[in-house]
Amino acid sequence: MNATLQPRAITIALLAMGGEGGGVLADWIVDLGEHNGYFAQTTSVPGVAQRTGATVYYLELFPRDAVPAGQAPVLALAPVPGELDVVVASELMEAGRALQRGLVTPERTTFIASTHRVYSMTERTAMADGRVDADKLLDGARAAAARLVTADFASLAEQAGGPIAPVLYGALAASGALPFTREQFEASIERGGVGVKASLKAFAAGHAAALAPAHEPVAPAPAVALGPRLAPLGERIEREFSAEARDILRHGVLRLADYQDLDYAAAYLDRLRPFKDEGELLQETARHLALWMSYEDAIRVADLKTRRSRFDRVAGEVRLAPAQMLQINEFMHPRVEEIADILPAGLGRWLLHTSWARGALGPFTRKGRVVRTSSLGGYLQLYAIASLRGLRRRSLRYEQEQARIEAWLGQVRRLAATHPSLALEVVRAQRLVKGYGDTHARGWRNFERLMATLPALENDERGAQRLQALARAALADENGRALDAALASS
Amino acid sequence: MAERSFAAEVQKLRLGAGDEFHGEGILAVTKALLQSGVSYVAGYQGAPISHLMDVLTDANDILRELGVRFEHSASEATAAATLAASVNYPLRGAVTFKSTVGTNVASDAIANLASGGVTGGALIIVGEDYGEGSSIMQERSHAFAMKSQVWLLDPRPNLPSIVDAVEKGFELSEASRTPVMLELRIRACHVHGSFIAKDNRRADFTLKDAIEQPRRDTERIALPPATYLHEQEKVTQRWPQALRFIQERGLNEFFAEDAQDFGIVLQGGLYNGVLRALELLGLADAFGNSRVPLYVLNVTYPLVDAEFTRFCAGKRAILIVEEGQPDFIEQAVNALLRKADVQTRVQGKDVLPMAGEYTGGVLLKGIARFVEQHAPALLEGRELPAAARPQLPAPTPKTIAIQDAASQVHGRPPSFCTGCPERPIFTAIKLIERELGPHHISCDIGCHLFSILPPFNLGATTMGYGLGWAGAAAFNTPETDKRTLAIMGDGGFWHNGLTSGVGNAVFNQSDNVLVVIDNGYSAATGGQDVLSSKADNLIRSTKHPIEKAVRGVGVDWVRTVDHTYSLERMRDALREALTTKTKGPKVIVASSECMLNKQRRIKPLTRKAIGEGRRVVRERFGVDPDTCTGDHSCIRLSGCPSLTIRDNPDPLRRDPVAAVVDSCVGCGLCGEAAHAAVLCPSFYRAEIINNPSRWDRFKQRVRERVIGFLQARIERRLAGLAA
Repeated sequence: MNATLQPRAITIALLAMGGEGGGVLADWIVDLGEHNGYFAQTTSVPGVAQRTGATVYYLELFPRDAVPAGQAPVLALAPVPGELDVVVASELMEAGRALQRGLVTPERTTFIASTHRVYSMTERTAMADGRVDADKLLDGARAAAARLVTADFASLAEQAGGPIAPVLYGALAASGALPFTREQFEASIERGGVGVKASLKAFAAGHAAALAPAHEPVAPAPAVALGPRLAPLGERIEREFSAEARDILRHGVLRLADYQDLDYAAAYLDRLRPFKDEGELLQETARHLALWMSYEDAIRVADLKTRRSRFDRVAGEVRLAPAQMLQINEFMHPRVEEIADILPAGLGRWLLHTSWARGALGPFTRKGRVVRTSSLGGYLQLYAIASLRGLRRRSLRYEQEQARIEAWLGQVRRLAATHPSLALEVVRAQRLVKGYGDTHARGWRNFERLMATLPALENDERGAQRLQALARAALADENGRALDAALASS
Repeated sequence: MAERSFAAEVQKLRLGAGDEFHGEGILAVTKALLQSGVSYVAGYQGAPISHLMDVLTDANDILRELGVRFEHSASEATAAATLAASVNYPLRGAVTFKSTVGTNVASDAIANLASGGVTGGALIIVGEDYGEGSSIMQERSHAFAMKSQVWLLDPRPNLPSIVDAVEKGFELSEASRTPVMLELRIRACHVHGSFIAKDNRRADFTLKDAIEQPRRDTERIALPPATYLHEQEKVTQRWPQALRFIQERGLNEFFAEDAQDFGIVLQGGLYNGVLRALELLGLADAFGNSRVPLYVLNVTYPLVDAEFTRFCAGKRAILIVEEGQPDFIEQAVNALLRKADVQTRVQGKDVLPMAGEYTGGVLLKGIARFVEQHAPALLEGRELPAAARPQLPAPTPKTIAIQDAASQVHGRPPSFCTGCPERPIFTAIKLIERELGPHHISCDIGCHLFSILPPFNLGATTMGYGLGWAGAAAFNTPETDKRTLAIMGDGGFWHNGLTSGVGNAVFNQSDNVLVVIDNGYSAATGGQDVLSSKADNLIRSTKHPIEKAVRGVGVDWVRTVDHTYSLERMRDALREALTTKTKGPKVIVASSECMLNKQRRIKPLTRKAIGEGRRVVRERFGVDPDTCTGDHSCIRLSGCPSLTIRDNPDPLRRDPVAAVVDSCVGCGLCGEAAHAAVLCPSFYRAEIINNPSRWDRFKQRVRERVIGFLQARIERRLAGLAA
């Protein structure tokens, strides 16, 4: 193996997306090499990177003192799979892309990857949850690399208030994969001359994170404790329901007491009593029932938007500094339907079916409205709507939703004994019914189409899987084509 | 104002003899032009030579000092026609554009130029946008060189070779009275390296001399009967002159010519990749000392028969490393060896792929196969590098884990930037489709072509830059009232769309609709100014409105929407254009500044204003996670990079919620879409007031009192529910 004795280039690939400062990172490494006795070369295909696309920067460093007099190293312009010393991925799916391209090899690659996710368009536009499996990406990285350095470098960058490039540069320095000292790394940032202080701070954060022992992120345990006013319901949960469902039930009663009142929360437990000894069916029914019973009407929306905790959350999200002031503007589009929803049932129905009344409301509902919740007028409007909570039980929407809930629960109760797995899928189909306006109407339409297939599915031993597939199809596109096709073929 | 400023780098163009130049390939080309004594440079921007245009723009002062005229040409055809200055006068000139799209546009002028030939050196620098990351159809510039008989240089991709190719290219052009094309691959354009500079040269014969003492020669004009003479002259005089120059000056290079009884012939641009492959196979060292004979074609057209027969003497086989298809070189070599009765076997596309970029792994695999066939002993005793191994080993838990990870990867094509003013135009088209059904949409070249990708999925064809409306020309019939929609950017509009699209629609009495997307810059190529740019430009004339041009060629129905973020206005304009009873061509000019450029312009100003204590309001959008139900309709109507998803904080929900990240620039589309599409009440617009005024503070105190009181009431209602 005399190959190792031959001097060769140090090879580095940076996988990044446009706007992340991959070019700056490459420039620092070139400067680092050139100032410390190396020939340096970098290339990229920047055109696609500019507009959020994925791209690869490729670098080679060659020690000057290994070059015989009168000669020069021939440096490659593109990576050869399996021949990389360092691969840096600015995001976890980009780390996956490095694996896909065969750039990372257990023989020699130090693999530096940020564990955060920047979701792809496919993941973002899914009608439910279209995210890929991050654990698989990380497992693959672990299997492929000679040495893996990971951390959520993006959140470190966010804390430092800048791009991810200097954080990754710090991690690269800490990895020891390049023959330069920390001071030499930092000097190249200083020579760059732009935003030096912020970059050095971010560099230090990346450096420390790369050296910190790796720890698995703790899965959030959704345990919840109930306060004194819900203590009686809490005791009911302990007494009447199986242990593994109790956390979800506690979340449920808390949600519904917050949404309406203690009686409503108690009614929730009453509705679940028939399933009290079930396992998964109880848990899933408890979850979906709580969501359905806390359907989003204008009262709920106004209630949530007027809370102090919400004002604080917005301030945190926009990183409000103490010297700054905040104003919050809501984008609302109440239509006649949403107004009828919160009116007493009879009045609501009358409004919906009386064309002159609808027409009279038209000018107020045709356009969306911007309500400034942080102003007195705007806040009082929303506060007044939220105060209609006391009348909710008489509202049109309440009447409608409770009837729908009862019908759904009736199906579940009926099927629980004879077709338990189908019953579970009926419960889960509730996830189709969500959103507002047209989105809600579409979801409800799809849900009804699924429920209409139940008589046929009950006689099918693969009924549960079929219903699950139909629900998936309903979430595949907005215009219902996939669902049409799935229903036609079943 | 271009995307990237080279103001600091252009000072390197002043380096003198003996100084070491460090920088990007494209900057080195500029320096080489100045060292060669050019009198004029022209071009049309586009990757990968946009930076060359940007460097020249920033270097305008230096160019003036040297008496060099620099033009931002209206199109590649304009650029190529500019070389006419070298036909009658001993003026050196260079033009540059993206190939092959630009070469297509320029080919009329190139053919005329090549027919008559040149007196002064004429260099056409083409950025070969081929392979990984390319944004255009995959073709070769080589074909243009062949058809017009201009010489094609493809130098080794290091700065000294590239600079040398520029200088020798002018000499070759003059020696053979033929324009010369210099092909630079995308990575070579952006490669960082160094070379030893020479002094810049001011031309002896200047533009002024030419203008004041005009010359003409009817034999140089492409008009019969001269054109028949030109064709004869090309083959009897210029071709042999070129061959002589190439050989005498050693433009092509030979390495280790007699080391083996087989060898490799390669395009100069692929030299570094081939050398790396040989190094990994143990057949070369890191300094280019090869144990395999190499014949490097720094000139890929014309081929020098004598050099080939010399290289093939005593060789059983040669491998031609020629990227792209058709395999022009391989075919030509087969013919020339056959004619010379040389029996050396010619290999190439049999061990290397016919199509696609010759990346590191591809070259390694192909060259390993070639060497295995002819000298397996050379590879004995060492394991082949991973990328050269013929097949994958049996799956192990590790390789399965890697496979699983790779299968999670989605494509990540470029898309509209955060706050892009073009996005709402396509959101409006989506909304109008809900009302009027789908339309045939003819697209153009530019950022707006991202509309064909998710989440918009709009657009059926794209026929070339500025050809958006021309691409819908056939769809013009009285048999339907339904109209077609065409898209064109301001860049394409001024490139040729005004005549090929708008003029054509007027003349042919089209009843269809064109949307011109006017973002104030040639944004897709890096934010260069165009005629209708609203910014002041010190060296160009701007502020020529598109609407005026459109009316000027005879369109009567024109609507300008000067704030594309207003979905309502955009949608109303589209609805009117698609349904109005008025016959004739209809043009909507949708005009809002490119957000990338706008941010670059206003960010420093904002920072300064805040620093000076002035009241500055920053806007950004947000989503309330507790009212978002995770349907993501908003994302499907927008696709903004700042509008993404995150884990649902609600313990009862599973689907991720929509979320706006801090890169949001507050363009307003989220709110407009929530209103126009009646989405959901989760969106809010936060106004962050820096340096609030006294009046702000007073209002805030009053609000805090009242709102605080009511919020305390809400909290009392909820008290005791959670622990």
